[in-house]
Amino acid sequence: MVLTPILTAHWDEADSYKLEGYKRHHGYVALAKALKSDPDSIIQTVKDSGLRGRGGAGFPTGMKWGFVPQNDGKPHYLVVNADESEPGACKDIPLMLANPHALVEGVAISSYAIRANHAFIYIRGEVPHVIRRVTNAVKEAYAAGLLGQNIQGSGFNLEVVVHAGAGAYICGEETALLDSLEGHRGQPRLKPPFPAVAGLYASPTVINNAETIANIPYIIRNGADWLKQWGTEKSPGFKLFAVSGHVKRPGIYEAALGTTMRELLEHAGGMRDGHTLKFWIPGGSSVPMLTEAHLDLPLTYEDMAAAGTMLGTGTPMVFDETTSVVKAVSRWLQFYKHESCGKCTPCREGTYWISGLLKRLEKGEGQETDLEKIDELCQQIMGRSFCALGDAAATPFPGAMKHFRTEFEAGVRTAADIAFDPAATTIFSKANV
Amino acid sequence: MTFTETTWNEAKELAGRYPHSRSALLPMLHLVQSVEGLVSSDGIALCADVLDLATAEVAAVATFYTMYKRHNTGKHHVGVCTNTMCGLLGGDAIWNAISSDLNTGHDETSEDGKITLERIECQAACTHAPVVTLDWEFFDDATVDGVRKALSDLREGKEVKSTRGPVIKGLQASERLLAGFDDDEFDAPAIDEKMLAGLHRAREVGQTLPSSEV
Amino acid sequence: MTIDNTPVELVTLTIDDIEVQVPKGTLIIRAAEQLGVQVPRFCDHPLLDPVAACRACLVEIEGQAKPQPSCAMTVAEGMKVRTQVSSVMADEAQKGVMEFLLINHPLDCPVCDKGGECPLQNQAMTNGRGESRFDGEKREFEKPINVSDRERCVSCARCTRFADQVAGDPMIALLERGSQQQVGISDDQPFDSYFSGNTIQICPVGALTSAKYRFRSRPFDLVSVPTTCEHCASGCSLRTDIRRGNVMRRLAWDDPQVNEEWNCDKGRFAFPYVQEGRLNQPLVRGEDGLLHPASWTEAIDVAAKGLAAASGATAVLAGGRHTVEDAYAISKFARAVLGTDDVDFRSRPHSTEETQFLSSVVAGSGLGVTYADLEKAAHVVLVAFEPEDESPMIQLRLRKAVRRGRTKVTAITSHVTSGNKKLNATVIATAAGHEVSALSELALDANTIILVGERAASVTGLLTAATKKAKESGAKLAWVPRRAGDRGAVDAGLLPGLLPNGNSLTDSSAREKAADIWNVENNTLPFAAGRDFGAIVHAAVNGELKALLITSVDVEDTQHSASTLQAIENTPFVVSLEIRPSSITELANVVLPVAVVTEKSGTFIDWEGRPRNFGQAIREHNKLTDGRVLAMIADAMDVLLGQQDVAQLRAELAQFAAPTNRVDAPSHGADVPNGLTLSTWNQLIDDGALQEGEPFLAATSRNVIAGLNSKTAAAHSIAEGDLIEISTSLGSITVEAIFVDGAENTVWLPTNSGESKVRTNLGAAHGNIVTIKRGGGQ
Repeated sequence: MVLTPILTAHWDEADSYKLEGYKRHHGYVALAKALKSDPDSIIQTVKDSGLRGRGGAGFPTGMKWGFVPQNDGKPHYLVVNADESEPGACKDIPLMLANPHALVEGVAISSYAIRANHAFIYIRGEVPHVIRRVTNAVKEAYAAGLLGQNIQGSGFNLEVVVHAGAGAYICGEETALLDSLEGHRGQPRLKPPFPAVAGLYASPTVINNAETIANIPYIIRNGADWLKQWGTEKSPGFKLFAVSGHVKRPGIYEAALGTTMRELLEHAGGMRDGHTLKFWIPGGSSVPMLTEAHLDLPLTYEDMAAAGTMLGTGTPMVFDETTSVVKAVSRWLQFYKHESCGKCTPCREGTYWISGLLKRLEKGEGQETDLEKIDELCQQIMGRSFCALGDAAATPFPGAMKHFRTEFEAGVRTAADIAFDPAATTIFSKANV
Repeated sequence: MTFTETTWNEAKELAGRYPHSRSALLPMLHLVQSVEGLVSSDGIALCADVLDLATAEVAAVATFYTMYKRHNTGKHHVGVCTNTMCGLLGGDAIWNAISSDLNTGHDETSEDGKITLERIECQAACTHAPVVTLDWEFFDDATVDGVRKALSDLREGKEVKSTRGPVIKGLQASERLLAGFDDDEFDAPAIDEKMLAGLHRAREVGQTLPSSEV
Repeated sequence: MTIDNTPVELVTLTIDDIEVQVPKGTLIIRAAEQLGVQVPRFCDHPLLDPVAACRACLVEIEGQAKPQPSCAMTVAEGMKVRTQVSSVMADEAQKGVMEFLLINHPLDCPVCDKGGECPLQNQAMTNGRGESRFDGEKREFEKPINVSDRERCVSCARCTRFADQVAGDPMIALLERGSQQQVGISDDQPFDSYFSGNTIQICPVGALTSAKYRFRSRPFDLVSVPTTCEHCASGCSLRTDIRRGNVMRRLAWDDPQVNEEWNCDKGRFAFPYVQEGRLNQPLVRGEDGLLHPASWTEAIDVAAKGLAAASGATAVLAGGRHTVEDAYAISKFARAVLGTDDVDFRSRPHSTEETQFLSSVVAGSGLGVTYADLEKAAHVVLVAFEPEDESPMIQLRLRKAVRRGRTKVTAITSHVTSGNKKLNATVIATAAGHEVSALSELALDANTIILVGERAASVTGLLTAATKKAKESGAKLAWVPRRAGDRGAVDAGLLPGLLPNGNSLTDSSAREKAADIWNVENNTLPFAAGRDFGAIVHAAVNGELKALLITSVDVEDTQHSASTLQAIENTPFVVSLEIRPSSITELANVVLPVAVVTEKSGTFIDWEGRPRNFGQAIREHNKLTDGRVLAMIADAMDVLLGQQDVAQLRAELAQFAAPTNRVDAPSHGADVPNGLTLSTWNQLIDDGALQEGEPFLAATSRNVIAGLNSKTAAAHSIAEGDLIEISTSLGSITVEAIFVDGAENTVWLPTNSGESKVRTNLGAAHGNIVTIKRGGGQ
């Protein structure tokens, strides 16, 4: 498969984030086209394109839009989930820094399609510069008559609000995001009702990931079939792959879905010199890890699922042999404990317990029964928590145990820092140790 | 402290930006934090008053989100990502160094009141690991020496620039932006080699798309 | 009562292979209960919105890969549910959750109030594992000053959902996040809800405990008795927990038709009066002019002789706290023994229009508008009635109806109150005394219910207008009195001109029938309607009465306290039946101690007209009911009434048939006051006599302020926060002025709170003219 600089095509231009720069490359042509067509035909085009959500779950976007009841007399809302916080995920942030207008145009088209006159872009709070760039893009679009009242004489009105979060990973969960956007604690809501029926302010709401929405202008302008030239039948299109970790050239690689990790690794210059791959994770800490053996699997929703993991956010984290997998998993569990919203018992108490057990394994102070216990506790969370955060927290340990059991067993006696020199794991290991 | 009329008016303005005023609560909490450097009981009371909520309802929200601080903060907030990727790639080393330099632990403020230190979770910049934040602005590909220098410059009042963002101005300035009041710093550079890695590679291997399509 | 004949759509499913049919929309956990399968639960509560947070109730549903929360999922046709009884998946999931719930729970059951009645303790035993596998450090929180043990909290959010959803007082909330999540209140806004005590009762662990009950008893040392609340006319079923003759606590009892599972804090906590400072012995005024303890024989003898000697010039002031049986005994005693129709229970402001209204519309009308009707009504109009203060269960039921989105509430009242805000009510701000025109202008229909409150009595024409409005529009009308005994007193005939069950005294056949039931000569009964409370007081002040029988009257409630005291002073012979010493007992010639509700059985008739029977909770004190005491006096006066025990009185009252000739409905025109008027009602928690001795409860009473519209204030050069003086010719009250969103030319005061003693200091009623001026300064 191939690299496909589309969303990233012009990031090296000085004004890529400005209206002028965006317009230079067909910017807002798709919106003009959309406003002249029937909203339902836009939904159909997106359905036909097979576009799947880029936030992690991969739900078909057009189908999600189709769930919104029409002519129900209620206001509809579009909410962009730009709360990118999953460990490993780092693709929406660069996208919004470099090409915010693709998102804004996508918002306008998507809102028009689902008959929303109000859209919100919920961006995590810890990234002020991203908020600046998106806010500015929205302002420019308003000034150019691309947002606001009677957009381009179409009679379509759209208000767009850029909204900053305040530090809570759980708000990436769509119903928690809605509660947060309504000014509450970001705890997930009971479903049903689903957001498409009763979401923001109890009105029909579509929540899409930022990258998903940024795809829309390109699909509308070039057509559904254009997207399908890449990827597979079940995973059409391209994706922002963010490769991080012990590779020579970590960074953003936009490529066709179905590209293999081996190809991505090659693009990223391979592992850093003198080191070998130990494990990699295709899409955020919430999906099970893979090893060398899986490098030739196509990065698609279906192939990753078949391998017992998930494409997730499509942001592979790559670790070499210097890495303590015990420490890696322990850190992730600290994260889930910190980010558990507290609503449901398995996640709240389970992450508290497991993170404590992993910490002592990391210190080499574990007990013989700890591994079995942690495994059981993970099972006690998996499938029983209120939302997917609990499942996510229950994922890293069993995934890691599958490949690195002995390393965990050593945790009963040997501290991770003894088994693996932490200095060797750092990227400045030569420069600064 | 009592807030000025300007803050009250700004809070009311925020409430007016949403179809339902309560949606302005998160921005409003950022606003009171931008004024006081923390979300105090007074700040909570202001939000409760403007939005006609019980103070407990506001406190419930203020204590849920990590960015709201219920205690005084220093002029600058320094976050060191110690999640797996950043922590292992150097974040731990950076944390150990500066925490010891400043004799300041997690969520604590240095004795001179300049720096509040926090171990932070994933910043969505793993490609740039290890990541440090200065008043939440990116300080990417951090090194121990680089962060030491930045912190010393900040404490001395010298100019420090974000790697993908503007000159560092203080936590309260960032909070004001998050509250929804722009600072016109959007032009500050934000694209770096790592963000362009794929584009450059695509050009190198001749895998670009026709200009009619993108 | 409305009978809902809508057929219920049933759904058939199996639970643990047993087929069951339940109404569509039933939650799985409820369906399982019907089979006797108890699925563990903590966050689940039938009266709160499902939250599915605790995950204790996970069950297996065929076709679903993951176990599902049975508390949040409704049944579906053909669904196959497996609970812990028949599913390993469900059993393991439940056990796992139970284990998680316990890892951070302190093992302090031996010192925890909840121990012995704790859902967590119980379900840990039935659904948990024997030994803990957790060997880490338990979570600890800094101890706050209030009475919550946050380590014990399992984050079920029952308390916060109750406060938010049911009471509308979201001052208690979940704070922090994740494993640090905890229940808390804000530092500067305490949990001042009239309903806060319910959170203690529904807490499934010992995280929220009662300041009063804390560390005082063990559930297994208590004897629980079902009782009815005596504090208002809501009719709450309560559970009174007794230890060795003392009330230790009171809880809300589950009564779906009335209070559901809730009560107010007054009903829950205001019970010290039943055991502290009681009158325990009869007192008789001696020749030295002082009251001396006396034997019952002596006291009864003195009372009988004094009353007999006053024959022809006696009157009865009855008060509104009686059970219907005692009220009936008093009603009968006045007519059959004293031969007087000067009898009235209305120790608060009233009118002849109200007498007519109560006699014609309310008396003997049986069950009328119900709580269930309120829940189904499209529109409820509150006239001169503040449910949050005057009938808290109506407040909760209306809030429930409003939250469901089917019911809208309109309030004709002086200003927007916290109570009507919680009902999302349309407030027709009306200066006190001007309610008639506001009501007349409303367009109502048959799906409307009009609730008219106690203070309507002092607005001329209002009860007439309400009756007329209901008749014309087809709307239903209910009178909501404030006191537990008021409705029963009306049914018992404790009004001039009114015999029991709505019969008119001036109806000769009804009078004959009464004489027959009472076993007295027809001609011994009065035949002309007597004087009402105000007229009795007036006559007594003028020295026209020779004797007064007073039962359970607080002078602070009467229109003008000083006049009432003067009336008593000016009456040569006064018999007082009371539970505790009062300004009236101090002036009486004979004081006869009587039983409080916990010491007797009886019936309160709630505002709906629903009889609320209760049994005797405490037998140890040997106190007599009013009915028994009156029988003894009658006996000494040579009128044999029998034992007059509760059963006899109840049976006798039932012999009064429905009236054939009702008293005419009132037809009073409006008499609009010309000037600034007083709006006033009693706040729920105030200085009422039965609330004495409960400092924790008193601490939750609301600030004493005068509420007025900013324009009215400006017209009198009053700024918010100023002290203002509200006066009548009889006196004045000085309190802080607070601006309210309300009608002009009216000022609101709480009737009996702190500085604001409206009856004592102003001698005024709702709707009366008052003057205001700035006084005192900031």
